[in-house]
Amino acid sequence: MSEYYVGILILICINLLAVLGLSLLTGFTGLFNFGQAGFLAVGAYTATILTTQYKLPFAVALLAGILASALTSLVIGYPTLRLKGDYFAIATLGFSEAVRLLVENLEKLTGGSRGIPRIPTYTTLPVALGTAIVALWLVANYVRSRHGRNCVAIREDELAAESIGVNSFRYKQFSFAINAMLAGLSGGLLAHYVGFIQPSMFSLIKSTELIVMVIFGGMHSITGAVFAAITLTSLPELLRAAQAWRLVVYGALVVVIMVVRPEGLMGSWELTPANVKALLTGFRALWQEGE
Amino acid sequence: MSLLEIKNLTKDFGGVRAVDKFSYRLERGGLYAIIGPNGAGKTTIFNLITGIYDPTTGHIFFQGDEITGLPTHQIAQKGIARTFQNIRLFSDFSVLDNVRTACDRYASYSIWEGLIPTPRRRREEKDLSERAWRLLDLVDLRDRAHELSKNLPYGHQRRLEIARALAQEPTLLLLDEPAAGMNPDETVQLIDFIEQIHEQFELTILLIEHHMEVVMGLADDIMVIDFGRTIAQGTPEEVQADPVVIEAYLGTEEEI
Repeated sequence: MSEYYVGILILICINLLAVLGLSLLTGFTGLFNFGQAGFLAVGAYTATILTTQYKLPFAVALLAGILASALTSLVIGYPTLRLKGDYFAIATLGFSEAVRLLVENLEKLTGGSRGIPRIPTYTTLPVALGTAIVALWLVANYVRSRHGRNCVAIREDELAAESIGVNSFRYKQFSFAINAMLAGLSGGLLAHYVGFIQPSMFSLIKSTELIVMVIFGGMHSITGAVFAAITLTSLPELLRAAQAWRLVVYGALVVVIMVVRPEGLMGSWELTPANVKALLTGFRALWQEGE
Repeated sequence: MSLLEIKNLTKDFGGVRAVDKFSYRLERGGLYAIIGPNGAGKTTIFNLITGIYDPTTGHIFFQGDEITGLPTHQIAQKGIARTFQNIRLFSDFSVLDNVRTACDRYASYSIWEGLIPTPRRRREEKDLSERAWRLLDLVDLRDRAHELSKNLPYGHQRRLEIARALAQEPTLLLLDEPAAGMNPDETVQLIDFIEQIHEQFELTILLIEHHMEVVMGLADDIMVIDFGRTIAQGTPEEVQADPVVIEAYLGTEEEI
C-alpha cells in the first residue's frame, strides 16, 4: 500500500476517535458540542509538549493528553451542564476559542501561532487502527448498556428521565468526559502523525467538520459515525482531481443529505447481525414481489 | 406515620399563587384523588411532590423523611413514580426499551461495565428484559414490544406510560389525568385497570382528574381544589353533595 493511502487511513482513524466521542455526546446524549477542536488541542498540545520537551514515551504522553482533556471537560461541564442545551453549546464554542487564544499566547510553552515543528511521527497505521478499533468497541458497548439507554432517555425527554430516577447531570458529565477523552486521544495522535501543530489547526472549522460528520452519518447511530468518518475524510482526497471544486462538491453533498434525509444516512440503524438479517429478509421479500 | 404528608404547601409564580396552603395526608394502601376545574393547580401539586418545582413555602414528607427541595431523580428513587398529563414517553425508544429503562434500579453494574461487558452485566440485562416483558404482559403490549412508542395509538401510549411508572416498583404512584382524551369505554377499562394494579402491587395511588365520574368510582378520599385553595375534602359521596364543590364546577345560580 502506498504511503498516500496509509496516510488517509490513519487520518480516518484519528477523525473516527473524535467523531465517536461526539456521537455519544451529541447523538446519544443530546448535547451539542461546537468546540470539539478545543479538546483536540488540549490533547495534542499536552502530548506534544511531553514528547518533545520532556522526552516522555509516546504512550505516557497520549495518556496525559487524555487525562488533561477529561479534566478540562469536568471543569467546563460542572457549571455548564446544568444549563439548558443551547447554553451548553455556546459554552463549548467559547471554550474552544479560549483554548486557541491561550495556546497562541503561551508562546514559551506552545510556540505561539508559529506552532511546534519537528514532532516525532510515532502515529503509525497499527497504532491508529488499533486505538480506533478499541475505542469503537468501548463506545458500542456503552450505548447498548443500561447507562447508554439512560443517556438516550435524557435526550428524548430529560424530565421524564429524571422522573424515573435517572441522574441526568451525572450521565451528561460522563458522556462529556468520554467525549473529551476520545478527542484528547485524537489530538495526540494527530500531532504525532502530522509532525507539526499550530493553533489554526484547532479552529471552529475543525469543530464544524467533526459535528457535520456526526450529523451526516446519522445522529443516533455508531455505524453512521464510522461510515461518515470514512467517507467524509477520504472524499476530499478522492475528489482531489477536481481541484478547487472538491470542497464545493463536499459541501453540496452534505446539504443534499440534510435536505433529503435530515436524520442522517443511517438514522438510528446499527450494523448488527440481527439488523443485517432483517434487512436481507426485507430485500428478498421485495425481490419476490417483483417477480 | 403517613406515607405522604404535605404540610401547608404554597407555590407562587410571580404574582400568581398557583397552590395556596395545601395540606394532605396519604395513608399506605389508599386510593386518593385531587379534583378541581382546569387551572386549579392540580398538576403544580404533582410537580412540587416530584421536585420539578421547589415550593415557595411548606414541607413534604415521604415515609417520615422530608423530601422538599430534593432533585427529581432522588425523589423517584425513594419510591414515587408518576405519569404526565401530556404523555411523556421516550418516543424514539421501542415499547420494550421504555419500560426496560425504568427498571434500571434493579441493575447495579457500574458505568465502567457499560464500556466493557462482564458476566454480571449480561446477567443483569437479562433480568431487566424479563422484568420489562412481564410488565408488557400486564398492560397487554407484548405484541407491540418492538414498535417505536411514538407509533402507538393514544390509549396504548397511556397504558405504556403507566407500565413505565410501575417498572420502578414504586410505593406511591401519581397519575396525572389518566383518563384525559379517552372515550367512555376506554375510561371504564382504565378504572378497572387502576383498581387491578392498586391491589396487585399494593400501591398507594394519588390521581388527578377533572372528570368527576372517574374519581367517584375509584377514590376512598377526595380533595377538591379551586384557584389553588382547598375547598372540600371527604368521601366521593360527601364531596359530591357539597354545595361549594357544585358551585366551583357548575357556577352559582344567578338572579335574572
